[in-house]
Amino acid sequence: MIDEIENEELLEDVLDEARSDVVGHFDGEYPIEIEGLRNSFGSQVIHENLSLKVRRGEILGVVGGSGTGKSVLMRSIIGLQMPDEGEIRVFGKNTIGVMPDEESSVRSRWGVLFQGGALFSTLTVAENVEVPLKQFFPEIDAELRHEIARYKVVMSGLPEEAAAKYPSELSGGMRKRAGLARALALDPELLFLDEPTAGLDPIGAAMFDSLTRELTDTLGLTVFLITHDLDTLYAICDRVAVIADREVIAVGTIPELLKTDHPWIQEYFNGPRSRAARATSEAAGRGKSVDKGADGKA
Amino acid sequence: MRDWADFTVEEAGGRMTVVLEGALLVSTIALLDRKLRAMTDPVQEIDMSRTGDIDTIGAWTVYRFANENNAVIVGASEQADILLQAVRDSASTAPIEPPRLPVIPRVLDDTGRKVVAFGQGVLRFLGFLGAVIVALGAVIRHPRRFRYRALVRQFDLVGVSALGIVGLMSFLIGIVIAQQGAAQLRQFGAEIYTINLTGRLSFRELGVLMTAIMVAGRSGSAFAAQIGTMKLTEEIDAMRTIGVAPLEALIVPRILAAVLMMPLLGFYSALLAIVGGAFIADLTLGIPFMTFLSRIQEVVPIHDLWVGLVKAPVFGLIIALAGCYQGMQVQGNSEDVGLRTTKAVVQGIFMVIVLDAFFAVFFSEVGWG
Repeated sequence: MIDEIENEELLEDVLDEARSDVVGHFDGEYPIEIEGLRNSFGSQVIHENLSLKVRRGEILGVVGGSGTGKSVLMRSIIGLQMPDEGEIRVFGKNTIGVMPDEESSVRSRWGVLFQGGALFSTLTVAENVEVPLKQFFPEIDAELRHEIARYKVVMSGLPEEAAAKYPSELSGGMRKRAGLARALALDPELLFLDEPTAGLDPIGAAMFDSLTRELTDTLGLTVFLITHDLDTLYAICDRVAVIADREVIAVGTIPELLKTDHPWIQEYFNGPRSRAARATSEAAGRGKSVDKGADGKA
Repeated sequence: MRDWADFTVEEAGGRMTVVLEGALLVSTIALLDRKLRAMTDPVQEIDMSRTGDIDTIGAWTVYRFANENNAVIVGASEQADILLQAVRDSASTAPIEPPRLPVIPRVLDDTGRKVVAFGQGVLRFLGFLGAVIVALGAVIRHPRRFRYRALVRQFDLVGVSALGIVGLMSFLIGIVIAQQGAAQLRQFGAEIYTINLTGRLSFRELGVLMTAIMVAGRSGSAFAAQIGTMKLTEEIDAMRTIGVAPLEALIVPRILAAVLMMPLLGFYSALLAIVGGAFIADLTLGIPFMTFLSRIQEVVPIHDLWVGLVKAPVFGLIIALAGCYQGMQVQGNSEDVGLRTTKAVVQGIFMVIVLDAFFAVFFSEVGWG
């Protein structure tokens, strides 16, 4: 048994290394709140008076035509893009114009999966997962950190031997999973996914979808998911936000969106590809949002 | 201040129970984890009824400890149960670093690989040279396929846009040679030979050599980086599919540009070096500027000019070949582009200097000393 003195030494060691800016879980209703956002590049206005609220625990799909600024919206929320105007609150805290060190306590509570995975190419997959752990929680024992990296890799649906591989040795789908493992490294409350299924084969995409759903339910995540993939929308999204005309024109379940008469939404959800995706989703009986909508009507 | 997770130990009827307290989160777990790892006594039971929030990292810590001690977990909340199950399913003992040999075998292994890679590299480089010659032949046979526009563009990039930096560098080198040469020759009262020194050295060696180094740094590296990036983005493969031979479209114009521009740049560089020498001679040695220039015509034999002009296209060829070859070897990721670009420059300059030594011996043997 360790005696008191050792205990205190251990505590001092940990406190020496630990950062002081870590805060607890978020209990409010909306982890992300955006109001009156305006973004522009030169004379080209991307967003104008855009508002959006993301509910805790939901998977929010974000759709819109190419060039409507879905990725710019995500980059604004995570602080990679400085908006011209507007307010963005993440976990109830304003993220625009705050000092970088104030922001870091929020940064440790979200994970981001970039389109190409954006893995650090000189590190192995496991080392990639360890980077945020080392950055935000340097007090964690190296042994525990290695263990965390290992189980995160497996949890993201990679074979365990992938942990020691470099990103260049992985296929596109595996790279996305490795990126997801890194995004999940800190058990974030908020997960940003930028076109997670783009470039994956349909089987791989469906597997990634169910993995996202499963992890969301298990870990109680809130997911902000940008996608072009109609199957993903039908299969796992609780609500869908549509970006067009420089703002969010509608947010809701797919049946709710179908009732609006905006031409883009009608074209998007009533096109042949969308109907096919809906049919698949209904046939598979896993169309969560559709089922919910149908129940609501019955 | 954070509330670190902690534990107490209770003993009842020979059963050791670890009672965990506090939130088991990534931000609060470090202390608990270290303490649990330091524990040596066997534990039969882990009580989680007094814990708060939990995430997978907390769940993992509990699971690992329970697993190690074969202890049972009691009092877990519903959420904790879900997470414990999740980490149990994901448990892994796979290595997280690529396998590594001990130092001595690794050094031997590395050396062996390097030797083999060097041999293969030489063979591949020769193969590449052959392929370029074949492509050149094809272009000569079908002149219509030749990319004149690309060639002109490369003339601009390799030659014209290098004029400023090459000129400035040569001018300064000319100043250094004349000034340093004069300082030594003055000891024999032979300051006037500064003109011979500057003129002959510029035409035979320095003009071409310094230009070659500058071209390797400017254009050799650019060739490697451009072609390497095109290889990464599959542009080269796309060209092949469309029926455009990358060797003809990308590499022949670059090599021709370097081969044709090098003599011009080298000559220009020699001229500017002489002007630099004349400038400093006028300023510090009392040799008038125009006298310096007219003496150059008398003391520099015409074969010095030929020596420089013969070497220049060969150096240009080597630099362009190294750049294009390394660019075509790029594989995998963007890191490789940087690596290959460095290699292209180092290889280019190294081969230029080695060849320069051969040329020096050769020309003095044929009486152009």
